[in-house]
Amino acid sequence: MHFGYTDEQEQFRGIVARFLRERAPVSAVRAQMASERGHDPALWRGIAGELGLTGVHVPEHLGGQGFGLEELCIAQEEFGRALTCAPFFASTVLATTALLEIADEAEQEALLPALVAGERVGTLAWVEQGGDWSASACAMLATPAADGVRLNGHKHYVIDGLAADRLLVVARTPGSVGNAGLGLYAVEADAAGLVRRGLETIDTTRRQAALVLTDCPARRLGAGRDFTSGFARLMDRATIALAAEMVGGAHALLDAAVDYAKLRMQFGRPIGAFQAIKHKLAEMLLEVELATAAVRYAAAAADANDAETSLLASHAKAMASDASMRAAVEAVQIHGGIGFTWDNDTHLWFKRARSSAVLLGDAALHRERYIALTEAAA
Amino acid sequence: MSTPSITPEETTVRAELRAWLAAHWQVDRSLVAWRHLLVDSGWGMPHWPREWHGRGLPVALLPAIDAEFEAVGAVGVARIGIRLLAAATLLEHGSDDHKRRFLRRILSGEDTWCQLFSEPGSGSDLAGGTTRAEFDGTRWVVNGQKLWTTSAHHAHWGLLLARTDWDAPKHQGLSFFVIDMHQPGVEVRPLKQMNGYASFNEVFFTDAVVPANNQVANTGDGWKVAMTTLAHERRNADALRRWGHASPHAGRIYDEERAEIATVMEPYRWYPQRAGRVDLALPRARSTGRMADPAVRQELAKLLMLSRASEWLAQRARHAKQSGKPEGPEGSLGKLVASHVARAAAEVHALISGADAMLAGADSPENGMIAEILLSVPATSIAGGTDEIQRNIIGERVLDLPREPRTDAGPFRDIPRNPPRPRG
Repeated sequence: MHFGYTDEQEQFRGIVARFLRERAPVSAVRAQMASERGHDPALWRGIAGELGLTGVHVPEHLGGQGFGLEELCIAQEEFGRALTCAPFFASTVLATTALLEIADEAEQEALLPALVAGERVGTLAWVEQGGDWSASACAMLATPAADGVRLNGHKHYVIDGLAADRLLVVARTPGSVGNAGLGLYAVEADAAGLVRRGLETIDTTRRQAALVLTDCPARRLGAGRDFTSGFARLMDRATIALAAEMVGGAHALLDAAVDYAKLRMQFGRPIGAFQAIKHKLAEMLLEVELATAAVRYAAAAADANDAETSLLASHAKAMASDASMRAAVEAVQIHGGIGFTWDNDTHLWFKRARSSAVLLGDAALHRERYIALTEAAA
Repeated sequence: MSTPSITPEETTVRAELRAWLAAHWQVDRSLVAWRHLLVDSGWGMPHWPREWHGRGLPVALLPAIDAEFEAVGAVGVARIGIRLLAAATLLEHGSDDHKRRFLRRILSGEDTWCQLFSEPGSGSDLAGGTTRAEFDGTRWVVNGQKLWTTSAHHAHWGLLLARTDWDAPKHQGLSFFVIDMHQPGVEVRPLKQMNGYASFNEVFFTDAVVPANNQVANTGDGWKVAMTTLAHERRNADALRRWGHASPHAGRIYDEERAEIATVMEPYRWYPQRAGRVDLALPRARSTGRMADPAVRQELAKLLMLSRASEWLAQRARHAKQSGKPEGPEGSLGKLVASHVARAAAEVHALISGADAMLAGADSPENGMIAEILLSVPATSIAGGTDEIQRNIIGERVLDLPREPRTDAGPFRDIPRNPPRPRG
């Protein structure tokens, strides 16, 4: 296990960071927050075409760059830092990884190139209203039909569910319970019986949708592979990648708070000279650095197929949830009254942090999972 | 991690040392006699200069040299306790006369040392000490009080920081001395802690005497010298722990070394408990059946995650150092995160123990161990720099935040300070 980035990885981070600084500054974030689609297709083409990030963890024979989760997480950290409005988490982290971990090889060859090229935007719809993040809670039914499968049910909290035109849906065979009978299904964006509605979200930099499927035609993927283990690997990797994005956002919040504490004058001195502020910032730094260490360790472990990967994914997500919320709450506090205004940028990162702290399971859920896995390993 | 290549110099040095050890190492020698041989040969402190009991070898060769000692089970010079901090300080700031008089007996283990810096009125603000040293024309006369002095009860010599100029600004009015601890004007009393141990001492000076030739560096340069001592203290923290383990072999020289280590390490018996004993948390949660409680599971997970992530943070700092990259914030965070771990561990132990957390000694879980943890952990966020001072350091040196305006400039005489601690 290594504890620092290689020079190549540092270089890669620098390229992504510079690209996002130039092409997706906060003014662009604000423009996309208010836009209909929620992201800028030109920026998405740049992320996919110029940087090739949409294929960073896809094997070369499938058109990707052949790197691992570590590199995906480097990109995620930078997207989180910049609060980029792009369907990267939905399409590259969720849908692309789902195909890699669950679909058969022929299906991967057929479906991945369009996602890797950024020509299509994918997403994964597995969770239903109420937000049980495990696949076993899925109630959507997949019923055999003459020309394939019909799906009936609803999905909630579908990330970029309106922008996506490659929908991957988790459903179960009639009469099945728990992990039995679960499968991954491809649904065309224009399929009959698919109704999509945009959900109103506190974080408008990442859109969500609700799907209602009524006798909706679909195609089963990965019939030749074990869904449960594939889905577990997908969730571990998506959880680590989300945690990476969260620590990137937490670093941005911390940096903004530190900068402001150096500039803001009260009682004849910069507020950062007061220990009440200085000590808060020191604790924020500590918590953010600990979470960052946990994320990077987990990503490296996942790439090494370490037996602890699931436990480490929960470790990373629990710490990232707590650290990014702490950074968000304290960053608003340190900005004082101005931090509560719409014009100040802090609330944009606050809202992402609030939302991501819950997405894929909150800190308490992952702490419980961590202990359960610790017990199972004993 | 690549295997470091062995240099020709290392091969030569190893061969030379191996031959020397083969000719001289005997387990039935007295410890002191053997160490004088080490001092004469320079093999005891091979990275020290040739004129002062060393061989002028690079520090990078020390692991190879240690390995040769270990291969034959040879004992090294005296290294544990305050003595090496004294040696490092004297090597850097002492006169040739100091080095001649003190270094050999430090390395032989014949003299033990203590560090007289902290005072009842100046803890975090170390430079605010009020122990005074006044020159009477031939010698320095010392009056005042020091606190938290490890080993003062058996030390022969003390490193003393004392105020010699009350009109100079705080840091510039201090001077540095070597004081003989065995004299009528020096009284040492054990200081009992909240956990019942008495690992440190209070030291009272009443017209204690320091001969003029025991002053280190110039009058007014004491702070600079003390900084050298403290820098070595931080750097040697890991090594001190390693040297604190006695070799298991039989023989006269080993018996003598074991006795020396036992004396020096005695005050540190409760230190593992001070750090919170995270290692006991999971086994205790299992053996007590408290694992079924969701509150225990949550707090235990927080503790285990925090503890493990702090190790990764430390490893990242070491990695950055080894690969020659600029040090990130990881290095400065270690002390503060250790406090968080210790406090979280104490809370988890209390949560697991339930009502038994009220009990002590033989009635306490793990034969008193849990009580000892609960009553020792508060030291972690105070000793060696309080959490508050660590947060200042992180804020100012890592985050580059502005310093608080100082209100302690100008003549020290005019700065508000604490009343003396009553002599109970």
